[in-house]
Amino acid sequence: MRAKPKTFAADPLRWTRDNLFSTWSNTALTLLGAALAAWILTAFLDWAIFSAVFTGSDGTACKVDGTGACWPFIWHKMGLFMYGRYPDAERWRVNLTYGLALAALVPLMIPRIPGKLWLSLYLLIAFPVIAYVLLRGGMLGLVGVPTELWGGLLVTLVVACVGIAASFPLGILLALGRRSELPVIRYASIGFIEIVRGVPLITVLFMASVMLPLFLPSDITIDKLLRALVGVALFSAAYLAETIRGGLQSIPRGQYEAADALGLSYAQKMGFIILPQALKLTIPGIVNSFIALFKDTSLVLIIGLFDLLGIVQQSVQSDPKWYAHSTATTGYFFAGLVFWLFCFGMSRYSAFLEQRLDTGNRN
Amino acid sequence: MMQRNPQPLQPSSWLDPLYDPKIRGIIFQVLLVLALAFLAYEIVTNTAANLRRQNIASGFDFLSRTAGFDISQSMIPYKSTSSYAAAFFVGLGNTLLVAALGIVLATLLGFVIGLGRLSSNWLIAKLSLLYVEVVRNVPLLLQLFIWYVAVLRALPMPHDAKPIAGVAYFDTRGLHTPLPLLDQGGWLIAIAALTGIALTVWLNIWARQRQEQTGQRFPLFWSSLGLVVGPPLLVFLLLGAPLHFEQPTLGRFNFDGGLTILPEFLALLAGLAFYTASFIAEIVRSGIEGVPRGQKEAASAIGLSNAQALRLVVIPQALRLIIPPLTNQYLNLTKNSALAVAIGYPDLVSVFAGTVLNQTGQAVEVVLITMAVYLAISLLTSMFMNWFNARMAIVER
Repeated sequence: MRAKPKTFAADPLRWTRDNLFSTWSNTALTLLGAALAAWILTAFLDWAIFSAVFTGSDGTACKVDGTGACWPFIWHKMGLFMYGRYPDAERWRVNLTYGLALAALVPLMIPRIPGKLWLSLYLLIAFPVIAYVLLRGGMLGLVGVPTELWGGLLVTLVVACVGIAASFPLGILLALGRRSELPVIRYASIGFIEIVRGVPLITVLFMASVMLPLFLPSDITIDKLLRALVGVALFSAAYLAETIRGGLQSIPRGQYEAADALGLSYAQKMGFIILPQALKLTIPGIVNSFIALFKDTSLVLIIGLFDLLGIVQQSVQSDPKWYAHSTATTGYFFAGLVFWLFCFGMSRYSAFLEQRLDTGNRN
Repeated sequence: MMQRNPQPLQPSSWLDPLYDPKIRGIIFQVLLVLALAFLAYEIVTNTAANLRRQNIASGFDFLSRTAGFDISQSMIPYKSTSSYAAAFFVGLGNTLLVAALGIVLATLLGFVIGLGRLSSNWLIAKLSLLYVEVVRNVPLLLQLFIWYVAVLRALPMPHDAKPIAGVAYFDTRGLHTPLPLLDQGGWLIAIAALTGIALTVWLNIWARQRQEQTGQRFPLFWSSLGLVVGPPLLVFLLLGAPLHFEQPTLGRFNFDGGLTILPEFLALLAGLAFYTASFIAEIVRSGIEGVPRGQKEAASAIGLSNAQALRLVVIPQALRLIIPPLTNQYLNLTKNSALAVAIGYPDLVSVFAGTVLNQTGQAVEVVLITMAVYLAISLLTSMFMNWFNARMAIVER
C-alpha cells in the first residue's frame, strides 16, 4: 500500500478517499457531517446576511417577524456596550488606559523581548495607580466619574484584570501555605481553598454584595464594584493557589534541598530558587485561570453590575424602541463574539506557551 | 544562622531563640491564629451591631415560618402556606434534578464529541473541534440567555402550537407531554425492580470471581440490563399494563393537565449540558490519547480484534485518566446550575438565596446554609473520588 498523503495538496483524490470515504460507515458519517455543516452554514448566512436588517435609526424594521440579525442595533449601542454610561467627553481616558496597558502587555507576551521584570513591575505596581486615576478621576484636573457610570466591556476588563492581579499574591501565599510544614498555616490554607472551590461563584458574589457590608463597621460603605472585585479576587485566589501548587510540586526535591544546603532562609529559598521556576511552569495554567475568570465576570450582572453581558441584556430587555426577538439574538451574538475573541485568543496563547515550555521530557 | 566560625555558637543574646526554626514556626502560627481570631471577632461584633441597627432577627427560627410565595416547579408537595424549610427542600430538589439530568446528557454528548475529535474522518474531527472551540469560549451565562431568550422565546404561543407526534406540544410556556399515571400495583413493580437490582449486584460479584478463577468472561452488560429492566417489565405486563396517560389540553391561556416541563428548566438543562459537554469532550480525547500506543499494539499482537482491544485494553486504562477530571466537571456543572437565578428557574440559589433572603433579610443564615449545601456536595464527591482513585490506582510491584 502506498503511504497515506499527509495533506490535501499532496494528492487530493487519495486524501479525500482516505479521510472521508475510506469505508461505508465513514462515507455515511461524511455525508451526515456535510449535511449538518451545510445546514448550519446556510442558517447562519441567512440570519446574518440575507434576512438581516442593515440600516435604520430605530428598531421598526427589526420588529417584523422572521427578520434575521438586526445590525443597526449594534452600531447604535456600540458606545454603550463598550463604555457603559461613561460620559462621552471622557471616553478618551478609557482608551488611553487600554493603550497604556497594551504598551506593556504586548512586549511582555512576546518571549524574545527583554526587560520582562520591569514590564511586570510597571503592570503590577505603577499601572494600577495610573489606571485608577485615569478611570475614576476626581483629581489632577480630571472630572470624577463614579463607578456607577462604568459599564460594558470596560467593567468586564476591569473586573477580570483586577481580579487576576489582586488574586495573584494571595494565590501564591495560599499555595505556599498549603505546602507549609506548620500545621496551623497549612490547615488554614486548605480550609480557605477547599471552601471557596466548593461553592459556586454566585454564592461568593452574593456574600460579597450582601454580607460584606454587614461585616464592616456601619460608618464604612463600599462601592458596589469594589464589593464584586473583593468576591472575584477571593474566588480566583483559591483556584490560582491550586494552579501554583501544581507548579511548586513539579520542582524537583533537589532544588529545595540545594537551597537549604546553601543556608538560604525560607523567604530566600522561595523567592530566589523555587517560585521563579514554579511560576514560569504555571504560566499556561495561570492564563487558563484567567480565561475562566474572564468568562465568569459575566456573573456580576446577577448582583446588579453592568458588564458587557449585563449591558447587552439590559439593552435587549428594556429598551422599548428596539425591543424585538431579532435584536435580542443579535445582541447576544455580539456579546458572544467579543467574549469568544478574547477567550479563544488567550487559549491559543496559552497553547503556544505550553509548547514553548515543554522541555521534551514527556514521552 | 551565619555559622562562619567552626566553634559552636554560644547563646550570646536573648534574641537568639528567635532564630530557632521551631520557635519561629510557633510564633508565626500563634500570630496567624491571633489575626484570624481578631478578624472573626470584628466580623461577629460588626454584624451583630449592623443587624440590631437594621432590626433584622437572627437565628434559624425563620425556617419554620410560612413562606407565602409560590414556586413554579416542585418535586415535593409545596404550597405558598408551606414553611421556608419546605421552600429550601424544593429548591434543593430542583438543583439536584437539573444537575443529575445535566450530568447524564453532558456525559453522553461529551463522549460522542470527544470520540469525534479522534475520528479518522476529517470532516467529523473538524466539526467536533469547531464545537469545542466555540462552546467552551463563550460564558455559560450568555449561553443560558441564548437558550432562554433566543431559542425558547421563538417558539409559538400556546394557541398556535402544533402537536408533536400527535400528543406533545412545544410552546413558549414549555414542553407539554402526556403524563403517564399508574393505576395500581406500583409497589409490586417496585419490589420486582429492587429484586432485579439485587440480582444484578450478585451476578456482577459472581462473574468477577469466576473470571479471576477461570479467566472466562460473562456477558455482564446485557445480562445486567436484562435483570434491571426485565422483572419490573414482566410484573407490569402480568398486571395487564395498568397505565393511562393524562393528555395536556389547551385551556384559556395555557395547557392544563399532562406534564409541563418549564422553559426555564429546558434552557438551564440545555445550557449546562452543551457547555459542560465541550469540556468533557476534551477530557475524553486526552484520556484516550494518554493511553500509550504500545498497549494497543500489544493487544493486537496477542490477537484481540480492534473492538476487543478498544473495549478491554484502551478504554479501561483511559477511564483511569478520564474519571478524576470528569468528576471535577460534574461538580462544576452542579455549581454552575446556580446560574438558574439569572433566568428564573427555581433552584436552591434562586429560591433560597433569592426569594427567601429578600423576604426575611437574614442574609448571614441564608447565604451560609446555601454555601454549606454546595460544600457538602463537593466534599462528599471528593471523598468518593479519593476512595475510587485508591481502588482504581495501578498496583505496581
